[in-house]
Amino acid sequence: MKQPIYLDNNATTPLDPRVLEAMLPYFTEKFGNAASRNHAFGWVAEEGVDYAREQVAKLIGCTEKEIIFTSGATEADNLGIKGVFEMYKEKGNHIITAVTEHKAVLDTCKHLEKNGARVTYLGVKADGLIDLAELEAAMTPETILVSIMYGNNEIGVIQPIKEISAIAHKHGALFMTDATQAVGKIPVDVNADGIDLMAFTAHKMYGPKGVGALYVRRKNPRVKVTSQMDGGGHERGMRSGTLNVPGIVGLGKACELCRLEMESESIRLSGLRDRLESTLNKMEESYVNGNTQHRLPHVANISFKYVEGEGLMMAMSDLAVSSGSACTSASLEPSYVLKSLGLSDDLAHSSIRYGLGRFTTEEEIDQAIAVTQKAVNHLRELSPLWEMFKEGIDLSKIEWAEH
Amino acid sequence: MAYSEKVIDHYNNPRNVGTLNKDSKFVGTGLVGAPECGDVMRLQIEVGEDNVITDAKFKTFGCGSAIASSSLATEWLKGKTIDEALTIDNMDIVEELALPPVKIHCSVLAEDAIKSAINDYRVKNGLEAIVLEKSHH
Repeated sequence: MKQPIYLDNNATTPLDPRVLEAMLPYFTEKFGNAASRNHAFGWVAEEGVDYAREQVAKLIGCTEKEIIFTSGATEADNLGIKGVFEMYKEKGNHIITAVTEHKAVLDTCKHLEKNGARVTYLGVKADGLIDLAELEAAMTPETILVSIMYGNNEIGVIQPIKEISAIAHKHGALFMTDATQAVGKIPVDVNADGIDLMAFTAHKMYGPKGVGALYVRRKNPRVKVTSQMDGGGHERGMRSGTLNVPGIVGLGKACELCRLEMESESIRLSGLRDRLESTLNKMEESYVNGNTQHRLPHVANISFKYVEGEGLMMAMSDLAVSSGSACTSASLEPSYVLKSLGLSDDLAHSSIRYGLGRFTTEEEIDQAIAVTQKAVNHLRELSPLWEMFKEGIDLSKIEWAEH
Repeated sequence: MAYSEKVIDHYNNPRNVGTLNKDSKFVGTGLVGAPECGDVMRLQIEVGEDNVITDAKFKTFGCGSAIASSSLATEWLKGKTIDEALTIDNMDIVEELALPPVKIHCSVLAEDAIKSAINDYRVKNGLEAIVLEKSHH
Protein backbone atom coordinates (compact mmCIF):
# COMPACT_ATOMS: atom_id res chain seq x y z
CA MET A 1 0.00 0.00 0.00
CA LYS A 2 1.24 3.46 -0.91
CA GLN A 3 1.75 5.56 2.22
CA PRO A 4 -0.50 8.61 2.37
CA ILE A 5 1.04 12.06 2.72
CA TYR A 6 1.31 12.79 6.44
CA LEU A 7 -0.29 16.13 7.28
CA ASP A 8 -1.43 15.39 10.82
CA ASN A 9 1.62 16.69 12.69
CA ASN A 10 -0.57 18.24 15.39
CA ALA A 11 -1.61 14.74 16.39
CA THR A 12 1.94 13.46 16.49
CA THR A 13 5.19 13.91 14.62
CA PRO A 14 7.51 11.24 13.27
CA LEU A 15 10.65 10.64 15.29
CA ASP A 16 13.64 12.46 13.82
CA PRO A 17 16.33 9.88 12.98
CA ARG A 18 18.89 12.05 14.81
CA VAL A 19 16.75 11.76 17.95
CA LEU A 20 16.54 8.00 17.57
CA GLU A 21 20.31 7.81 17.23
CA ALA A 22 20.78 9.72 20.48
CA MET A 23 18.32 7.43 22.27
CA LEU A 24 19.54 4.03 21.10
CA PRO A 25 22.51 3.54 23.49
CA TYR A 26 20.19 4.15 26.44
CA PHE A 27 18.17 1.06 25.53
CA THR A 28 21.22 -1.17 25.41
CA GLU A 29 24.61 -0.57 27.00
CA LYS A 30 23.53 2.55 28.93
CA PHE A 31 20.50 0.87 30.49
CA GLY A 32 21.11 1.97 34.08
CA ASN A 33 18.62 3.45 36.51
CA ALA A 34 19.36 7.17 36.79
CA ALA A 35 18.60 6.92 40.50
CA SER A 36 21.31 4.30 41.14
CA ARG A 37 23.95 6.35 42.91
CA ASN A 38 26.45 3.63 43.68
CA HIS A 39 27.74 2.41 40.35
CA ALA A 40 28.74 3.49 36.89
CA PHE A 41 25.53 2.22 35.21
CA GLY A 42 23.51 4.67 37.27
CA TRP A 43 25.96 7.51 36.75
CA VAL A 44 25.95 7.12 32.98
CA ALA A 45 22.14 7.13 32.88
CA GLU A 46 22.03 10.14 35.19
CA GLU A 47 24.51 11.95 32.98
CA GLY A 48 22.22 11.39 30.00
CA VAL A 49 19.26 12.75 31.94
CA ASP A 50 21.22 15.76 33.18
CA TYR A 51 22.34 16.62 29.69
CA ALA A 52 18.77 16.30 28.40
CA ARG A 53 17.57 18.57 31.18
CA GLU A 54 20.03 21.21 29.96
CA GLN A 55 18.87 20.82 26.38
CA VAL A 56 15.24 21.22 27.41
CA ALA A 57 15.99 24.18 29.70
CA LYS A 58 17.89 25.97 26.96
CA LEU A 59 14.95 25.76 24.56
CA ILE A 60 12.54 27.48 26.94
CA GLY A 61 14.98 29.77 28.78
CA CYS A 62 14.85 28.25 32.25
CA THR A 63 17.27 26.45 34.58
CA GLU A 64 17.66 22.67 34.66
CA LYS A 65 16.19 22.40 38.14
CA GLU A 66 12.89 23.76 36.91
CA ILE A 67 12.18 20.80 34.61
CA ILE A 68 10.06 17.90 35.92
CA PHE A 69 10.00 14.99 33.50
CA THR A 70 6.62 13.29 33.03
CA SER A 71 5.03 10.74 30.72
CA GLY A 72 3.74 13.49 28.44
CA ALA A 73 1.76 16.70 28.31
CA THR A 74 -1.44 15.17 29.70
CA GLU A 75 0.36 14.11 32.86
CA ALA A 76 2.12 17.49 33.04
CA ASP A 77 -1.24 19.29 32.73
CA ASN A 78 -2.69 17.11 35.49
CA LEU A 79 0.33 17.59 37.76
CA GLY A 80 0.43 21.34 37.21
CA ILE A 81 -3.24 22.06 37.74
CA LYS A 82 -4.04 19.51 40.45
CA GLY A 83 -0.68 20.13 42.11
CA VAL A 84 -1.25 23.89 42.33
CA PHE A 85 -4.83 23.44 43.50
CA GLU A 86 -3.76 21.17 46.36
CA MET A 87 -0.69 23.22 47.29
CA TYR A 88 -2.43 26.59 47.33
CA LYS A 89 -5.92 25.69 48.51
CA GLU A 90 -5.42 27.73 51.68
CA LYS A 91 -5.12 30.79 49.47
CA GLY A 92 -8.15 30.17 47.28
CA ASN A 93 -10.07 27.71 45.16
CA HIS A 94 -10.65 29.60 41.93
CA ILE A 95 -9.10 28.56 38.60
CA ILE A 96 -9.55 30.33 35.26
CA THR A 97 -9.16 28.54 31.94
CA ALA A 98 -10.71 28.73 28.46
CA VAL A 99 -13.26 26.66 26.54
CA THR A 100 -10.82 25.92 23.70
CA GLU A 101 -8.28 24.15 25.93
CA HIS A 102 -7.26 20.56 25.33
CA LYS A 103 -9.27 17.93 27.22
CA ALA A 104 -6.23 17.27 29.43
CA VAL A 105 -6.83 20.72 30.93
CA LEU A 106 -10.63 20.85 30.72
CA ASP A 107 -11.22 17.42 32.23
CA THR A 108 -8.66 18.05 34.95
CA CYS A 109 -10.53 21.23 35.86
CA LYS A 110 -13.83 19.35 35.82
CA HIS A 111 -12.32 16.77 38.16
CA LEU A 112 -11.25 19.54 40.56
CA GLU A 113 -14.73 21.05 40.50
CA LYS A 114 -15.89 17.88 42.24
CA ASN A 115 -13.24 18.51 44.89
CA GLY A 116 -14.28 22.04 45.73
CA ALA A 117 -12.66 24.10 42.99
CA ARG A 118 -14.54 26.91 41.31
CA VAL A 119 -13.58 27.10 37.64
CA THR A 120 -14.26 29.88 35.15
CA TYR A 121 -14.19 28.76 31.51
CA LEU A 122 -13.55 31.85 29.40
CA GLY A 123 -15.15 31.93 25.97
CA VAL A 124 -13.17 33.02 22.92
CA LYS A 125 -13.75 35.60 20.22
CA ALA A 126 -14.57 34.57 16.64
CA ASP A 127 -10.84 34.42 15.87
CA GLY A 128 -10.17 32.00 18.74
CA LEU A 129 -8.39 34.48 21.06
CA ILE A 130 -9.60 35.13 24.59
CA ASP A 131 -10.82 38.58 25.56
CA LEU A 132 -8.30 40.10 28.01
CA ALA A 133 -10.94 42.35 29.55
CA GLU A 134 -13.04 39.28 30.26
CA LEU A 135 -10.05 37.61 31.93
CA GLU A 136 -9.40 40.70 34.04
CA ALA A 137 -13.05 40.80 35.09
CA ALA A 138 -12.98 37.12 36.07
CA MET A 139 -10.03 37.51 38.46
CA THR A 140 -10.94 37.38 42.16
CA PRO A 141 -8.90 37.34 45.40
CA GLU A 142 -9.54 33.57 45.47
CA THR A 143 -8.03 33.03 42.01
CA ILE A 144 -4.95 30.88 42.44
CA LEU A 145 -4.31 29.81 38.86
CA VAL A 146 -4.89 31.00 35.32
CA SER A 147 -4.29 28.21 32.78
CA ILE A 148 -4.46 29.23 29.12
CA MET A 149 -2.90 27.26 26.28
CA TYR A 150 -0.10 28.76 24.21
CA GLY A 151 -1.08 27.62 20.70
CA ASN A 152 -4.30 25.80 19.89
CA ASN A 153 -4.10 22.25 18.57
CA GLU A 154 -7.01 22.53 16.14
CA ILE A 155 -6.70 26.03 14.69
CA GLY A 156 -3.18 27.03 15.74
CA VAL A 157 -4.05 30.44 17.19
CA ILE A 158 -1.51 31.81 19.67
CA GLN A 159 -2.97 33.45 22.76
CA PRO A 160 -1.49 36.74 24.03
CA ILE A 161 0.57 34.94 26.68
CA LYS A 162 2.53 37.96 28.00
CA GLU A 163 -0.62 39.98 28.54
CA ILE A 164 -2.43 37.04 30.15
CA SER A 165 0.41 36.29 32.58
CA ALA A 166 0.64 39.99 33.51
CA ILE A 167 -3.05 40.03 34.40
CA ALA A 168 -2.74 36.82 36.44
CA HIS A 169 0.27 38.15 38.36
CA LYS A 170 -1.30 41.54 38.99
CA HIS A 171 -4.02 39.70 40.90
CA GLY A 172 -1.65 37.40 42.74
CA ALA A 173 -2.42 34.25 40.76
CA LEU A 174 -0.01 31.84 39.10
CA PHE A 175 0.03 31.47 35.33
CA MET A 176 0.24 28.07 33.68
CA THR A 177 0.21 27.26 29.97
CA ASP A 178 -0.27 24.06 28.03
CA ALA A 179 2.36 24.74 25.36
CA THR A 180 2.23 21.31 23.72
CA GLN A 181 1.83 22.69 20.21
CA ALA A 182 4.06 25.74 20.66
CA VAL A 183 7.28 24.55 22.30
CA GLY A 184 9.81 23.76 19.61
CA LYS A 185 7.76 25.47 16.90
CA ILE A 186 7.96 29.13 17.96
CA PRO A 187 10.21 30.95 20.47
CA VAL A 188 8.89 30.29 23.98
CA ASP A 189 10.77 31.94 26.85
CA VAL A 190 9.30 31.35 30.29
CA ASN A 191 10.82 34.54 31.71
CA ALA A 192 9.94 36.88 28.86
CA ASP A 193 6.43 35.36 28.77
CA GLY A 194 5.90 35.39 32.55
CA ILE A 195 5.11 31.67 32.72
CA ASP A 196 5.05 29.93 36.12
CA LEU A 197 4.16 26.42 34.95
CA MET A 198 4.24 24.95 31.45
CA ALA A 199 3.33 21.55 30.04
CA PHE A 200 4.81 20.13 26.85
CA THR A 201 5.68 16.83 25.22
CA ALA A 202 8.35 15.24 23.03
CA HIS A 203 6.18 13.58 20.39
CA LYS A 204 4.88 16.85 18.96
CA MET A 205 8.45 17.96 18.21
CA TYR A 206 9.96 14.90 16.53
CA GLY A 207 10.78 13.16 19.79
CA PRO A 208 9.40 9.87 21.15
CA LYS A 209 5.93 9.28 22.59
CA GLY A 210 5.56 8.70 26.31
CA VAL A 211 7.75 11.51 27.60
CA GLY A 212 7.10 15.16 28.34
CA ALA A 213 7.80 17.75 30.97
CA LEU A 214 6.32 20.27 33.34
CA TYR A 215 8.25 23.47 33.85
CA VAL A 216 7.85 24.68 37.44
CA ARG A 217 9.27 28.12 38.29
CA ARG A 218 11.77 28.20 41.16
CA LYS A 219 12.33 31.95 41.51
CA ASN A 220 10.07 35.02 41.53
CA PRO A 221 7.97 33.34 42.70
CA ARG A 222 9.04 29.90 43.85
CA VAL A 223 6.21 27.65 42.75
CA LYS A 224 5.43 24.32 44.36
CA VAL A 225 3.07 21.58 43.28
CA THR A 226 1.75 18.72 45.35
CA SER A 227 2.90 15.47 43.76
CA GLN A 228 0.22 13.31 42.17
CA MET A 229 2.30 10.14 42.17
CA ASP A 230 3.76 8.81 45.40
CA GLY A 231 6.90 6.74 45.51
CA GLY A 232 10.64 7.20 45.46
CA GLY A 233 10.60 10.96 45.45
CA HIS A 234 12.11 11.44 42.00
CA GLU A 235 12.11 14.81 40.27
CA ARG A 236 12.55 16.79 43.49
CA GLY A 237 9.66 14.95 45.06
CA MET A 238 7.16 16.24 42.52
CA ARG A 239 6.95 13.16 40.32
CA SER A 240 7.97 9.76 41.58
CA GLY A 241 8.72 6.94 39.20
CA THR A 242 11.91 5.59 37.63
CA LEU A 243 13.01 8.01 34.94
CA ASN A 244 12.36 7.01 31.34
CA VAL A 245 16.00 7.58 30.43
CA PRO A 246 15.89 6.82 26.67
CA GLY A 247 12.73 8.92 26.33
CA ILE A 248 14.20 11.80 28.29
CA VAL A 249 17.38 11.69 26.21
CA GLY A 250 15.15 11.78 23.12
CA LEU A 251 13.18 14.75 24.45
CA GLY A 252 16.45 16.57 25.10
CA LYS A 253 17.77 15.92 21.61
CA ALA A 254 14.43 16.89 20.07
CA CYS A 255 14.51 20.20 21.98
CA GLU A 256 18.05 20.89 20.83
CA LEU A 257 17.21 20.27 17.18
CA CYS A 258 14.10 22.46 17.41
CA ARG A 259 16.12 25.27 19.00
CA LEU A 260 18.82 25.15 16.34
CA GLU A 261 16.45 24.84 13.38
CA MET A 262 13.45 26.83 14.55
CA GLU A 263 14.19 30.08 12.77
CA SER A 264 14.62 28.66 9.27
CA GLU A 265 12.06 25.88 9.80
CA SER A 266 9.25 28.19 10.87
CA ILE A 267 9.80 30.36 7.79
CA ARG A 268 9.79 27.28 5.55
CA LEU A 269 6.67 25.84 7.18
CA SER A 270 4.64 29.04 7.17
CA GLY A 271 5.56 29.50 3.49
CA LEU A 272 4.24 26.02 2.66
CA ARG A 273 1.18 26.48 4.87
CA ASP A 274 0.33 29.84 3.29
CA ARG A 275 0.63 28.33 -0.16
CA LEU A 276 -1.69 25.47 0.77
CA GLU A 277 -4.14 27.72 2.52
CA SER A 278 -4.31 30.56 0.00
CA THR A 279 -4.78 28.14 -2.91
CA LEU A 280 -7.53 26.17 -1.18
CA ASN A 281 -9.16 29.34 0.09
CA LYS A 282 -9.64 30.42 -3.53
CA MET A 283 -12.15 27.60 -3.91
CA GLU A 284 -15.74 28.71 -3.77
CA GLU A 285 -17.31 28.68 -0.29
CA SER A 286 -14.15 27.78 1.62
CA TYR A 287 -13.36 29.44 4.92
CA VAL A 288 -10.17 29.63 6.98
CA ASN A 289 -10.90 29.07 10.68
CA GLY A 290 -9.19 31.07 13.43
CA ASN A 291 -7.00 34.14 13.62
CA THR A 292 -4.50 34.21 10.75
CA GLN A 293 -2.15 36.83 12.28
CA HIS A 294 -1.38 35.24 15.63
CA ARG A 295 -0.87 31.57 14.99
CA LEU A 296 1.54 28.68 14.74
CA PRO A 297 3.44 28.40 11.45
CA HIS A 298 2.42 24.86 10.58
CA VAL A 299 -1.37 24.68 10.96
CA ALA A 300 -4.23 25.42 8.57
CA ASN A 301 -7.86 24.73 9.39
CA ILE A 302 -10.26 25.16 6.49
CA SER A 303 -13.99 24.52 6.12
CA PHE A 304 -15.30 23.49 2.71
CA LYS A 305 -18.96 24.34 2.91
CA TYR A 306 -21.55 21.80 1.68
CA VAL A 307 -19.25 18.80 2.06
CA GLU A 308 -18.95 16.74 5.23
CA GLY A 309 -15.49 16.41 6.76
CA GLU A 310 -15.44 12.68 7.36
CA GLY A 311 -16.71 11.94 3.87
CA LEU A 312 -14.11 14.35 2.56
CA MET A 313 -11.30 12.61 4.40
CA MET A 314 -12.41 9.34 2.83
CA ALA A 315 -12.14 10.89 -0.61
CA MET A 316 -8.68 12.11 0.36
CA SER A 317 -7.30 8.76 1.41
CA ASP A 318 -3.96 9.85 -0.07
CA LEU A 319 -3.75 12.42 2.71
CA ALA A 320 -3.52 11.82 6.45
CA VAL A 321 -5.36 14.83 7.89
CA SER A 322 -8.03 15.30 10.53
CA SER A 323 -11.51 16.78 10.60
CA GLY A 324 -13.60 18.73 13.08
CA SER A 325 -16.50 16.54 12.11
CA ALA A 326 -17.33 13.70 14.43
CA CYS A 327 -19.85 11.60 12.62
CA THR A 328 -18.65 8.56 14.56
CA SER A 329 -19.41 9.87 18.01
CA ALA A 330 -22.78 8.99 19.45
CA SER A 331 -23.65 12.65 19.94
CA LEU A 332 -22.69 13.62 16.38
CA GLU A 333 -21.23 16.74 17.96
CA PRO A 334 -18.62 18.46 15.84
CA SER A 335 -15.44 20.01 17.27
CA TYR A 336 -16.05 22.03 20.45
CA VAL A 337 -13.15 24.28 19.54
CA LEU A 338 -14.67 25.28 16.21
CA LYS A 339 -18.10 25.68 17.77
CA SER A 340 -16.67 27.97 20.43
CA LEU A 341 -15.51 30.30 17.64
CA GLY A 342 -19.17 30.66 16.80
CA LEU A 343 -18.94 28.44 13.70
CA SER A 344 -22.25 26.90 12.74
CA ASP A 345 -22.44 23.13 13.11
CA ASP A 346 -22.48 22.58 9.37
CA LEU A 347 -19.25 24.55 8.87
CA ALA A 348 -17.64 22.73 11.78
CA HIS A 349 -18.65 19.43 10.17
CA SER A 350 -17.00 20.61 6.94
CA SER A 351 -13.59 21.39 8.40
CA ILE A 352 -10.22 19.84 7.65
CA ARG A 353 -7.07 20.42 9.68
CA TYR A 354 -3.73 20.29 7.89
CA GLY A 355 -0.74 20.00 10.24
CA LEU A 356 2.58 20.40 8.44
CA GLY A 357 5.90 19.24 9.84
CA ARG A 358 9.64 18.98 9.47
CA PHE A 359 9.40 16.27 6.83
CA THR A 360 6.67 17.90 4.74
CA THR A 361 7.92 18.77 1.26
CA GLU A 362 6.83 21.26 -1.35
CA GLU A 363 5.76 18.42 -3.68
CA GLU A 364 3.59 16.99 -0.93
CA ILE A 365 1.87 20.33 -0.45
CA ASP A 366 1.18 20.57 -4.17
CA GLN A 367 -0.24 17.06 -4.14
CA ALA A 368 -2.32 17.87 -1.07
CA ILE A 369 -3.78 20.88 -2.86
CA ALA A 370 -4.67 18.81 -5.93
CA VAL A 371 -6.14 15.94 -3.90
CA THR A 372 -8.23 18.31 -1.80
CA GLN A 373 -9.58 20.24 -4.78
CA LYS A 374 -10.53 17.04 -6.58
CA ALA A 375 -12.20 15.55 -3.51
CA VAL A 376 -14.15 18.69 -2.63
CA ASN A 377 -15.39 19.03 -6.21
CA HIS A 378 -16.34 15.34 -6.33
CA LEU A 379 -18.29 15.49 -3.08
CA ARG A 380 -20.01 18.70 -4.04
CA GLU A 381 -21.29 16.93 -7.15
CA LEU A 382 -22.82 14.41 -4.72
CA SER A 383 -24.08 17.02 -2.27
CA PRO A 384 -27.75 18.02 -2.30
CA LEU A 385 -26.78 21.10 -0.26
CA TRP A 386 -24.34 22.26 -2.93
CA GLU A 387 -27.03 21.83 -5.60
CA MET A 388 -29.50 23.83 -3.52
CA PHE A 389 -26.90 26.52 -2.86
CA LYS A 390 -26.23 26.75 -6.60
CA GLU A 391 -29.97 27.09 -7.26
CA GLY A 392 -30.02 30.01 -4.85
CA ILE A 393 -32.07 28.22 -2.17
CA ASP A 394 -31.50 29.63 1.30
CA LEU A 395 -30.64 26.55 3.35
CA SER A 396 -31.32 28.30 6.63
CA LYS A 397 -34.97 28.67 5.59
CA ILE A 398 -35.51 24.93 5.16
CA GLU A 399 -37.12 23.07 8.00
CA TRP A 400 -34.68 20.24 8.56
CA ALA A 401 -35.73 17.15 10.39
CA GLU A 402 -33.25 17.25 13.27
CA HIS A 403 -32.16 13.80 14.26
CA MET B 1 -11.87 3.42 11.29
CA ALA B 2 -11.64 1.04 8.39
CA TYR B 3 -14.54 0.93 5.97
CA SER B 4 -15.86 -2.28 4.46
CA GLU B 5 -15.06 -3.02 0.84
CA LYS B 6 -18.69 -2.52 -0.15
CA VAL B 7 -18.82 0.91 1.46
CA ILE B 8 -15.62 1.87 -0.34
CA ASP B 9 -16.99 0.56 -3.65
CA HIS B 10 -20.22 2.57 -3.36
CA TYR B 11 -18.27 5.56 -2.18
CA ASN B 12 -15.79 5.49 -5.04
CA ASN B 13 -18.37 4.54 -7.67
CA PRO B 14 -21.65 5.89 -6.37
CA ARG B 15 -24.62 4.52 -8.36
CA ASN B 16 -27.40 6.75 -9.58
CA VAL B 17 -26.11 10.13 -8.52
CA GLY B 18 -28.30 12.88 -9.85
CA THR B 19 -31.52 14.78 -9.86
CA LEU B 20 -34.98 13.95 -11.20
CA ASN B 21 -37.58 16.62 -11.95
CA LYS B 22 -39.12 17.13 -8.56
CA ASP B 23 -42.15 18.87 -10.09
CA SER B 24 -43.13 15.83 -12.14
CA LYS B 25 -46.10 13.95 -10.69
CA PHE B 26 -44.32 10.68 -11.41
CA VAL B 27 -41.41 11.69 -9.17
CA GLY B 28 -41.29 11.41 -5.38
CA THR B 29 -38.58 13.27 -3.46
CA GLY B 30 -37.38 12.58 0.08
CA LEU B 31 -35.04 15.03 1.78
CA VAL B 32 -33.99 13.88 5.25
CA GLY B 33 -31.37 14.73 7.85
CA ALA B 34 -29.95 18.13 8.71
CA PRO B 35 -26.73 19.95 7.85
CA GLU B 36 -26.09 20.57 11.56
CA CYS B 37 -26.02 16.83 12.15
CA GLY B 38 -23.57 16.23 9.34
CA ASP B 39 -25.95 14.16 7.17
CA VAL B 40 -28.47 15.18 4.54
CA MET B 41 -29.86 12.70 2.01
CA ARG B 42 -32.02 13.48 -0.97
CA LEU B 43 -33.50 10.43 -2.60
CA GLN B 44 -35.83 10.53 -5.61
CA ILE B 45 -37.90 7.84 -7.29
CA GLU B 46 -39.68 7.87 -10.62
CA VAL B 47 -42.74 5.66 -10.67
CA GLY B 48 -44.13 4.09 -13.83
CA GLU B 49 -47.04 1.77 -14.58
CA ASP B 50 -48.19 -0.72 -11.97
CA ASN B 51 -46.46 1.28 -9.25
CA VAL B 52 -43.05 0.07 -10.40
CA ILE B 53 -40.08 2.29 -9.62
CA THR B 54 -38.39 2.88 -12.96
CA ASP B 55 -35.62 5.20 -11.83
CA ALA B 56 -34.00 6.32 -8.61
CA LYS B 57 -31.43 9.04 -7.96
CA PHE B 58 -29.68 10.40 -4.89
CA LYS B 59 -27.42 13.11 -3.61
CA THR B 60 -25.97 12.94 -0.10
CA PHE B 61 -24.03 15.25 2.18
CA GLY B 62 -22.38 13.06 4.77
CA CYS B 63 -19.74 10.52 5.61
CA GLY B 64 -18.76 7.56 3.44
CA SER B 65 -21.32 5.28 5.06
CA ALA B 66 -24.12 7.76 4.46
CA ILE B 67 -23.15 8.06 0.80
CA ALA B 68 -22.88 4.28 0.44
CA SER B 69 -26.24 3.69 2.19
CA SER B 70 -28.09 6.01 -0.17
CA SER B 71 -26.26 4.70 -3.23
CA LEU B 72 -27.24 1.14 -2.27
CA ALA B 73 -30.83 2.21 -1.63
CA THR B 74 -31.20 3.59 -5.17
CA GLU B 75 -29.83 0.31 -6.57
CA TRP B 76 -32.35 -1.70 -4.60
CA LEU B 77 -35.28 0.56 -5.43
CA LYS B 78 -35.07 0.29 -9.19
CA GLY B 79 -37.50 -2.32 -10.50
CA LYS B 80 -39.32 -2.73 -7.19
CA THR B 81 -42.96 -1.84 -6.72
CA ILE B 82 -43.75 0.77 -4.14
CA ASP B 83 -45.10 -1.88 -1.78
CA GLU B 84 -41.89 -3.87 -2.12
CA ALA B 85 -39.84 -0.71 -1.58
CA LEU B 86 -41.65 -0.08 1.69
CA THR B 87 -40.34 -3.36 3.04
CA ILE B 88 -36.69 -2.28 2.80
CA ASP B 89 -35.45 -2.18 6.36
CA ASN B 90 -32.44 -0.24 7.57
CA MET B 91 -30.95 -3.43 9.00
CA ASP B 92 -30.82 -4.88 5.45
CA ILE B 93 -28.55 -1.98 4.54
CA VAL B 94 -26.45 -2.45 7.68
CA GLU B 95 -25.96 -6.09 6.79
CA GLU B 96 -25.19 -5.57 3.11
CA LEU B 97 -22.63 -2.82 3.79
CA ALA B 98 -21.31 -4.32 7.06
CA LEU B 99 -21.82 -0.98 8.81
CA PRO B 100 -20.37 -0.74 12.32
CA PRO B 101 -22.71 0.26 15.20
CA VAL B 102 -21.64 3.93 15.09
CA LYS B 103 -22.82 4.11 11.47
CA ILE B 104 -26.25 2.53 11.89
CA HIS B 105 -27.83 5.98 11.84
CA CYS B 106 -26.73 6.28 8.19
CA SER B 107 -28.88 3.28 7.27
CA VAL B 108 -31.79 4.65 9.30
CA LEU B 109 -31.54 7.86 7.36
CA ALA B 110 -31.60 5.94 4.07
CA GLU B 111 -34.75 4.06 5.12
CA ASP B 112 -36.34 7.36 6.13
CA ALA B 113 -35.38 8.83 2.75
CA ILE B 114 -37.07 5.93 0.89
CA LYS B 115 -40.29 6.29 2.88
CA SER B 116 -40.24 10.05 2.59
CA ALA B 117 -39.85 9.83 -1.22
CA ILE B 118 -42.71 7.34 -1.46
CA ASN B 119 -44.94 9.58 0.62
CA ASP B 120 -44.13 12.58 -1.53
CA TYR B 121 -45.16 10.57 -4.59
CA ARG B 122 -48.35 9.36 -2.90
CA VAL B 123 -49.42 12.80 -1.80
CA LYS B 124 -48.76 14.22 -5.27
CA ASN B 125 -51.03 11.56 -6.71
CA GLY B 126 -53.88 12.13 -4.32
CA LEU B 127 -53.09 9.25 -2.00
CA GLU B 128 -52.78 9.50 1.70
CA ALA B 129 -49.30 9.62 3.19
CA ILE B 130 -48.36 6.42 4.95
CA VAL B 131 -47.93 6.97 8.65
CA LEU B 132 -44.30 6.18 9.30
CA GLU B 133 -43.10 4.36 12.31
CA LYS B 134 -41.57 6.65 14.84
CA SER B 135 -38.13 7.61 13.65
CA HIS B 136 -35.36 5.46 15.08
CA HIS B 137 -33.15 8.38 16.01
